[in-house]
Amino acid sequence: MPRHTLARRLAGLALPAFALLAMAQPAGAMQREPAYAEARANGTVGERIDGYLGFTGAPPAGLRAVIDDINIRRKASYADRARAAGVTIEEFAFAQGCILIARTSPGEKYQAPGGSWQTRGSGAPQLDPRCPAVG
Amino acid sequence: MNRTNLTIAVHGVRRRAIMIRGIVMVAMLGPFVTACVNVTAPSDPIVIELNVNIKQEVLYRLVASAEENIESNPEIF
Repeated sequence: MPRHTLARRLAGLALPAFALLAMAQPAGAMQREPAYAEARANGTVGERIDGYLGFTGAPPAGLRAVIDDINIRRKASYADRARAAGVTIEEFAFAQGCILIARTSPGEKYQAPGGSWQTRGSGAPQLDPRCPAVG
Repeated sequence: MNRTNLTIAVHGVRRRAIMIRGIVMVAMLGPFVTACVNVTAPSDPIVIELNVNIKQEVLYRLVASAEENIESNPEIF
């Protein structure tokens, strides 16, 4: 049997398997580290209006470093994109916050325009009136 | 017969001249008439909230890049 036929057959098997794996979990959830994923799911952390993660209550021991690290990495990504767009980091972070709040899953926490923590229901979240209409 | 025709023609020209003069006078008076309207300044200053409007416009412009950011760095969102 020629080698290329075998390779093609293997590729034919591997591609559907990979597609199934990718579909099994919602985008993002797969890449989050377990401690962060758990804190999001149980409402310990939520999405703030300003584009960063915040603790909804007293931060549990050990989790503070995990969330701080994510927020620092978020800020670095905002800085790069803000520079490219010619806006301030705060402006970019706020726009990102609008999208992150809009994309929260039911049960997750997010900050309402007044600053209070809300639990995302099945409907649309409370967004700042300046937020663009995003899905 | 010829004379009467001439008189009518002269009268026509004069009447037109008077009419034009009247229009010119009204046009010249126009600005003075409007100037008589009293304009009082509002007691409290007019505040235009530019900050809010500019920010909203900026946010719309950033949506595509922010969505792309989530796709590029899924582990931090």
